[in-house]
Amino acid sequence: MIASPNGHQNGNVGAGDASYVRFENVQKSYDGESLVVKDLNLDIPRGEFLTMLGPSGSGKTTCLMMLAGFEPATHGEIFLNGHPINNLPPHKRGIGMVFQNYALFPHMTVAENLAYPLKVRGMSKAEIETRVKRALDMVELPRMAGRRPAQLSGGQQQRVAVARAVVFEPDLVLMDEPLGALDKQLREQMQYEVKHIQERLGVTVVYVTHDQTEALTMSDRVAVFNDGRIQQLSSPQALYEAPTSSFVAKFIGENNVLSGRIASIEGDTCRVELDGGGTVGAVPIAVQGIGSRTSLSIRPERVVLDPGPDVPNGLDGVILELIYLGDHIRVRMDVAGNDEFIVKIPNGAEMRPLERGARVRLGWRTRDCRALDPVG
Amino acid sequence: MTDTAMSGPASFADAGRTRDPGAAPLTTADGLPLKAALRRSQRRLRLQAVLLVLPLLLFIFVTFAIPIAMMMSRSVQNPEVSEFLPETAAVIDDWDGEGLPGEEVYAAMARDLATGQENNTVGRVTARINREIPGARGFMLGTAREAATLQPPYKEAMLAANKGWGNERYWRLLKRETRSITPAYYLLALDYEYDSNGAIVKRPENYQVYQPLFLRTAWMSLVITGLTILLGYPVAYLLASLPLRTSNLLMILVLLPFWTSLLVRTSAWIVLLQQQGVINDLLVFSGLLGDGSRLRMIYNQTGTIVAMTHVLLPFMILPLYSVMKTISPSYMRAARSLGASNFRAFVTVYLPMTIPGIAAGTLLVFILAVGYYITPALVGGDSGIFISNLIAENMRGTGAQVRLAAALSTLLLVGVLLFYWLFNKIVGVDRLKFG
Amino acid sequence: MRLLKSLALASAASVVAIAGVAIAQDKGPLTIVSWGGAYSMSQQKAYSEPFTVKTGIKILNEDKSNEALAGVRSQVEAGQVTWDIVDMLQSDAQRACEEGLLQKINPDEWLAPAPDGTPASQDFIEGTLGECFIPQILYATLFAYDTRDFPNGGPQTIADIWDVEKFPGTRALENIPQKNLEWALIADGVPAEEVYTVLATEEGQDRAFKKLDELKPNIIWWTQGAQPPQLLADGEAAIATAYNGRIFSAQVDEKQPFKIMWDRQMFEVDGWTIPEGAPHEEEIKEYIRFSTDTQRLADQSKYIAYAPARKSSIPLVGKHEATGEEMLPHMPTQEDNFKTAVRFDTDFWATYGDALEERWNAWVNS
Repeated sequence: MIASPNGHQNGNVGAGDASYVRFENVQKSYDGESLVVKDLNLDIPRGEFLTMLGPSGSGKTTCLMMLAGFEPATHGEIFLNGHPINNLPPHKRGIGMVFQNYALFPHMTVAENLAYPLKVRGMSKAEIETRVKRALDMVELPRMAGRRPAQLSGGQQQRVAVARAVVFEPDLVLMDEPLGALDKQLREQMQYEVKHIQERLGVTVVYVTHDQTEALTMSDRVAVFNDGRIQQLSSPQALYEAPTSSFVAKFIGENNVLSGRIASIEGDTCRVELDGGGTVGAVPIAVQGIGSRTSLSIRPERVVLDPGPDVPNGLDGVILELIYLGDHIRVRMDVAGNDEFIVKIPNGAEMRPLERGARVRLGWRTRDCRALDPVG
Repeated sequence: MTDTAMSGPASFADAGRTRDPGAAPLTTADGLPLKAALRRSQRRLRLQAVLLVLPLLLFIFVTFAIPIAMMMSRSVQNPEVSEFLPETAAVIDDWDGEGLPGEEVYAAMARDLATGQENNTVGRVTARINREIPGARGFMLGTAREAATLQPPYKEAMLAANKGWGNERYWRLLKRETRSITPAYYLLALDYEYDSNGAIVKRPENYQVYQPLFLRTAWMSLVITGLTILLGYPVAYLLASLPLRTSNLLMILVLLPFWTSLLVRTSAWIVLLQQQGVINDLLVFSGLLGDGSRLRMIYNQTGTIVAMTHVLLPFMILPLYSVMKTISPSYMRAARSLGASNFRAFVTVYLPMTIPGIAAGTLLVFILAVGYYITPALVGGDSGIFISNLIAENMRGTGAQVRLAAALSTLLLVGVLLFYWLFNKIVGVDRLKFG
Repeated sequence: MRLLKSLALASAASVVAIAGVAIAQDKGPLTIVSWGGAYSMSQQKAYSEPFTVKTGIKILNEDKSNEALAGVRSQVEAGQVTWDIVDMLQSDAQRACEEGLLQKINPDEWLAPAPDGTPASQDFIEGTLGECFIPQILYATLFAYDTRDFPNGGPQTIADIWDVEKFPGTRALENIPQKNLEWALIADGVPAEEVYTVLATEEGQDRAFKKLDELKPNIIWWTQGAQPPQLLADGEAAIATAYNGRIFSAQVDEKQPFKIMWDRQMFEVDGWTIPEGAPHEEEIKEYIRFSTDTQRLADQSKYIAYAPARKSSIPLVGKHEATGEEMLPHMPTQEDNFKTAVRFDTDFWATYGDALEERWNAWVNS
């Protein structure tokens, strides 16, 4: 099996043998009154690192549990390698899983934890021993074999949990917020380790998190969940650069929103009359047509102060707050009625001094401003 | 110490550096030893703590420690002969134990009996002696009534009054029992006794009761403990895995027995289990049993086991529940995702994780069961009673029997402590979770 | 240890002393210990209530006679006697008396003569007055059966009791050696007057236990006097040993179809004792004299089917207070009932009780 390149494919991955995991019209309800997962369709190719990202209650964990077999689908079918698995009990699915709290068995040593799936599969003692050793080497804990989980640090437990999930060489590994319990620094480090292990082994990973940084740094593709639906499924880059809905724009990264009305559409650009006065150009992504309401999305780092003549969209703003962050300055401004408008200015040699209360001209390129579905 | 050469203005820095092996002990800024200062500053706190627990300590001392100490001391007391036959006790030591004692022993006995008759205390020692030599009471009391009028030589006169005075075993017993401390009640409690030569022997088989009863108490308690595990485990599991509202309701059902008087519960079992009871009636009605072959499920071991299992079940369920409550469902899920069937995951993952609860429940239930009294007394009949029932029976008897009861209780206490010790060795009490 | 004990006693004593000062007054109240239930009720109706009306002395009742001997012993030994008068079995009273726990009583000084002037010592049924014991009633332990279980007539003799072929059904016996061993010997053919001589020998004891072995599969045991009528009523036993008063209550008050087999009833007496050092000397004397006079003893039989211990009371026995039932035919001392009666030998049991109880326990539990 070849590890999938850590490339930035845009959006669609080809169909065919690439559909290793397949959700087909899957719905899930716990109480018979409301749907937690609404008509999910998803194909995951072999070797991909796919992240399900979303706020709590968005249905992402439920999807993972259905895939693992701990929750039955209310409707629809899940396929694994082309076979329907709805009626297959969890232990026969051959899926590795890493749990939020690691779920390492506290009454077993690290080695016994790792040996568990192998023993269950009836492997010989010698075979088990080599594999456990190899797994421990892989997560760089060769001397921890005899310890109990409680004697390990959080990061070490995390690694053991990952090792245990892959030691029996499953083709698919599910991870349910595995880094949630770690502190920030350790979490960042573990992100790379998990990613590297996945690349080295070439396994398919379905990863659930509510942390967008994790999703962006580790994934080949990210499925953003909200309200039981996938809002957008694309590469991390596309997700950030080209959100297709206001929800995604807001959920991924920092985002400035300006509300307005479509004045005109010309080809792949449109003019928007802002509620706070002024007219700007934008790329129409999710708009109904001329006259309909829209929310404009502009990333803070794409806004320029004192734009030159080549920047078409200019507005006036008042500086409300300046926050010095070393490599950049964060400026909160009142722009077109939005007093939460954020601008990030790189701390460059040519930067001019800014003052609170000062009136400044700002602008952005039309393609950096996306007209999305209206919010609020 | 080279550091001292660097005379710094900050004196605490110097103090810090003196922490060298062999250096002077640390002191506070004004020169007090640091340890003493620490002790002083904590003395008040410690005093407060002691004052807070003092009432409980006193309570435990008065209601628990003293009675137990008194009970244990009572089990070896043997005051009767030395206290109520003092003159006899003084002279009988010189007798060699062969044949009958001489005149001086008989004379002393005559004087003791006369005193005893006057003081109304002769009954205490006769009860003690009569226990071992039935009939001794009769001739001792008889002679005591005439003791004042007896004429020397006493030996002849007493032998003439009653041939009981010629019983060599009687005199040897007296000689043995002059000590005010005796192991006799412990021997008895283990079905041993002194034979007429003073050697320790097993009692005749038709008098052996305590040893078999100790054993029965232990094994029936084990059966009851086992049953509470079997019945309580699934209930505790259900309690721990159901949503809170349902599990609260179930918990009330579990605790309901706690809120009902023991007598009511036990009577309910009588109504259910007796031969004309509900269960037998149902079995007969459904044709599974003939009217003449109704099952005997109460007033025997079955009755005791059923009723006590019910009474003690909450003591198993609660510690189990408190352990299971802390076991996240993800452990079972993890085991299943790793390829274990439901059953295998349960046996290899869930069950071992609940051992602290099982162990705590076992300890509670077994120790409670071993000392149980009311339930076996009510539904145990003859084959289902426990050692505590005989202890209680002996408590109501003569002074000697009260000491036997004390010896039995002490043995029971030692047995329980032994069990605890063994249990601690095997499971480790610090791992237990009682709820 | 002695120190601990005296410490505990001293502190207990001081508490009692303070309480004593608080309630110190000239008259009563008397603390009377009895058996509880219908029996205590009959005493209260016949003795205590009229006594309080007459003298104004209040009576406090405790139902502790079950453990009277142990209770008196611990109170007397601790020197803290709170019980004034204790209702005891004759055997217990004898034992307690020998241990010096009870006050000696001179009957003619303490007790009222019969209405015809016969002194008390002559008026009580022979052999019932003890050194420390004033009998009130004579009661019988006997076999009774449920007539529903024996449509063709129930057992008539002790031998019938052992005949499980002819009279099938469970027997409920009291879980003590007393009386059971005697009946076993009688069933084995020992004449009633020789029972205690035989039972005093090792062979006689073996014989009694062997005879009981025959019956053992058909026996269930009871320990409380209230149990046997209940066991009969529940159908748990077809035949039961019981106190005659309990069976009478079931027959008359509850209309149970029970029948008493008077053959070889074993009778004994129950009465008053006074612990050494009981607190209210004068009131005790007043109460004892009042409660044991001819009329009072006769009155008690209005409430319960036990026979008064005074000969002079027997002609005064009347009708049952609650039902109007004529009481005389239900008395254990009534001529027909008494024909084959066996006196329970308290002296024998004082001598052989300890040993036989141990053997009994071993036998029951084997």
